[in-house]
Amino acid sequence: MTQQPTLPALTPKDFQTDQEVRWCPGCGDYSILAQVQKIMPGLGIPRENIVIISGIGCSSRFPYYMETYGMHSIHGRATAIASGLKATRPELSVWIVTGDGDGLSIGGNHTIHLLRRNFDVNMMLFNNQIYGLTKGQYSPTSEENKVTKSTPFGSIDHPFNPLALAMGADATFIARSMDRDPKHLQESLLRSYKHRGASFLEIYQNCNIFNDGAFEIFTEKGSKPEETLFLEQGKPLIFGAAKDKGIKLDGFHPVVVQLGDSVSADDLWIHDENDFYKAQILVRIFDDPRKDQHLPRPFGVFYETDRPCYEDVMSAQIQEVISKKGKGDLDKLLRGNEVWTIQ
Amino acid sequence: MTRKEELLQDVVIKFAGDSGDGMQLTGSQFMNNTALLGIDLATFPDFPAEIRAPQGTLPGVSGFQLRFSSDKVYTPGDECDVLVAMNAAALKTNLRSLKRGGRIIANTDGFDAKNLRLANYPDGVNPLDNDSLSGFEVIKIDVTKLTREALKEFTMGTKEKDRAKNMFILGFLYWMYNRDMINTISFLKEKFGKKDDILNSNIKALQAGYNFGDTTETFTTRYKVDKAKMEPGMYRSIMGNQALAYGLIAASEKSGLPLFLGSYPITPASDILHELSRYKNFGIRTFQAEDEIAGITAAIGASYGGSLAVTTTSGPGLALKAEAVGLAVMLEIPLIICNIQRGGPSTGLPTKTEQSDLLQAYYGRNGECPMPVISASTPSDCFDAVFEAVRISVQHMTPVLFLSDGYIANGAEPWRFPKSADLAEINVSFKKALDEGETKLRPYLRDEKLVRSWAIPGTPRLEHRIGGLEKEDITGNVSYDSENHEHMVKTREAKVEKIADYIPEQKLDSGPDSGDILVLGWGSTYGAIRSAVTELQDQGLSVSHAHLRYIRPFPKNLGNILRNFKQVLVPEINNGQLIKIIRDKYLVDAKGYNKIKGVPITKTELVSFLRNML
Ligand code: SF4
Repeated sequence: MTQQPTLPALTPKDFQTDQEVRWCPGCGDYSILAQVQKIMPGLGIPRENIVIISGIGCSSRFPYYMETYGMHSIHGRATAIASGLKATRPELSVWIVTGDGDGLSIGGNHTIHLLRRNFDVNMMLFNNQIYGLTKGQYSPTSEENKVTKSTPFGSIDHPFNPLALAMGADATFIARSMDRDPKHLQESLLRSYKHRGASFLEIYQNCNIFNDGAFEIFTEKGSKPEETLFLEQGKPLIFGAAKDKGIKLDGFHPVVVQLGDSVSADDLWIHDENDFYKAQILVRIFDDPRKDQHLPRPFGVFYETDRPCYEDVMSAQIQEVISKKGKGDLDKLLRGNEVWTIQ
Repeated sequence: MTRKEELLQDVVIKFAGDSGDGMQLTGSQFMNNTALLGIDLATFPDFPAEIRAPQGTLPGVSGFQLRFSSDKVYTPGDECDVLVAMNAAALKTNLRSLKRGGRIIANTDGFDAKNLRLANYPDGVNPLDNDSLSGFEVIKIDVTKLTREALKEFTMGTKEKDRAKNMFILGFLYWMYNRDMINTISFLKEKFGKKDDILNSNIKALQAGYNFGDTTETFTTRYKVDKAKMEPGMYRSIMGNQALAYGLIAASEKSGLPLFLGSYPITPASDILHELSRYKNFGIRTFQAEDEIAGITAAIGASYGGSLAVTTTSGPGLALKAEAVGLAVMLEIPLIICNIQRGGPSTGLPTKTEQSDLLQAYYGRNGECPMPVISASTPSDCFDAVFEAVRISVQHMTPVLFLSDGYIANGAEPWRFPKSADLAEINVSFKKALDEGETKLRPYLRDEKLVRSWAIPGTPRLEHRIGGLEKEDITGNVSYDSENHEHMVKTREAKVEKIADYIPEQKLDSGPDSGDILVLGWGSTYGAIRSAVTELQDQGLSVSHAHLRYIRPFPKNLGNILRNFKQVLVPEINNGQLIKIIRDKYLVDAKGYNKIKGVPITKTELVSFLRNML
């Protein structure tokens, strides 16, 4: 066993910077920042090995508030910048902060490619279903008919289902959490961190200025138990204030069933994070909570699988070529195969 | 049979055929053979835009122009002495560039009814059969038939046999120019080593072409070009993009920084990506990104992590990268952006050459966004110029725009390659710890060059945040302060201008320090200007030549040089771009010579333009 160097114990405070946090009072971003700062000391990584990269948007101010290395870059490109950093410095712990506009609209292309390549990075997508920084236009996750500054007659765009998109891009870790459930968020962040590969964590985040209450139905005490479903590995899909409802698979269709005499927990869908095919259905449970007979919204880890990380394969390939051809020799390269001499 | 041997000084051959005829390969084999004899040369490949345009058509013609000489060669030649035309379309598209009295070697099989129709000759008209070519010497050879005959013992199909046609022609030319074929035979062995049939049929066709020349009595003369008088040393031939890739590898070795390339394929820059991908044993990391923007932003991430980061592209790609270039300017981190220019705007002329991205390189970003611009002027100069671009970038903490173009990227020339030990070290160091009295890193604290430190992740106690928002000087904190913004805009500009203190002064390439005309060039016009100016100087005219490598900032003495001449001419393959900057900066009444036809400026046209100015 290798000797781990003993690190001075860090506290969440060690991850705070001297910069004044500039989000609107009441913004969900505060909670996310607090949870990240809470889990960081427990990771056992020295601060200098942590890098947080963001794009543009309210959430992308994040790096300024974290006493680590960080870059507040340009719109949509945090994922691509992180790719280059991780490809060249695999030992760093790289975290990406993005939003629904940054990561799914202007930067959508880089998001899917980051996921398929499977760099070992942690991507936190703050989804508030609105453009906050530009003061209130609809985003690619806003619901249909949404009235915003740029859609006075209602949005005619069909929204993205971010997790289904991640699934389609062959992400190796897919999870959802929310700003209003600190404990669940901390667990989700830890799981993201522990996953070796690209972790895609969608975080529902309330924008109390331009889209207040977008996720209220999932986050508020009164409706939360009936409207949400918390996934646990190996456990049946049970929800409801009285834990009396469950989800069963009827063929390929998930249906809500009442637990009781005829249906027991054993009849329900048992969650298996590693089941690729069931995960396809799980990420598709994305009903509009305003509709009758809708399914509850799942939270937790939907899917996780093991696939070699890009940077590891890249390094291995370099090593392989070196062992085959020998280390590069500049003079040999410059000389080439055919030379002639002029006296 | 005894043949006359005639000594020639300078020969231009154009190999032209359908893009499937292997003309690039034929041309480059002849080029290598020529180079190995110590003859000076320059090449100009000319590809169709489509990978496989319909066979036999005019747009499907692919050409390779080679000039070789016992004198120093600066351009691939304005006109050809010999045109190899594998089909009617090849003749039609290239006849214009053949000298009066020049020689056409025509593959008669490529002039059948179908090929003539595809080349848009009127019904019943065959240029080989009428007197339209009477001003030229025409050698008709049925290459297809002769190749098939030579290969009749081979069991392969006719289609496969016909693929060796180009080797027959090559063999014939080797005979005509008195060459041996060893280099091509060993090339074929390497290429087809394991495929006996293909290897042997190619060698057989090559020899058949040679023997055809030797035994056909009508060919009474063989030609010879002597070695050129070049500086003593060891040479190899090199293409521009290859030299650029080698320059980056050399700079990586000499700076101790690992090389990272983030790139998206684009003509004519892709060969740099291909080339660097081959040298993983130098520890090079190449990343074929999902788009141009990811190419450069991944490179920015790598640079932030302490790599020598590079992105390569051509005009349209540079336009896509512009915002990220601005980020690199704001972050003040090293980055090499190589733009191999092509005809624009928009998709433009992807396979044709142009110098029309200079203003884009100089100004094409939002905000006041200065960065150094370096340009290469010949294929081998790409090596030195990019090496210098890296030095400036890492020592001055700035992205650098490197300009080349399709003409030098794909052109080849002999190169007296350097020894690794003779290349200068590129000194660069990361910040390792806080300075005395510092409690936290001040990322935008500057040294006397106005350069900030490079503090990379993984360094304890130097944790800091940077980004695209305006920075407060010294602390690097986000600042919306108006005084600070103006100060920072001026500082970024001054930092780039200050590089002029760390680059060599401009030298004249040829001619007196003062006089009637200064021809001021940049990039791939070097050869044409050099040849034109020397010709006029030989006639006693007062013309001088200066060629820029440093375009931003300009060398400090450039203004003085310009003022020493009555007239300044700026030839460019664009609608006048350097000239705008020169006029703006030095208030000189420079004149332009501009050509925007997707092809290089020729010596001849420049000579006659300059004569009219005198
Ligand atoms: S606009 Fe919305 S998302 Fe942005 S800081 Fe304010 S509350 Fe938060």
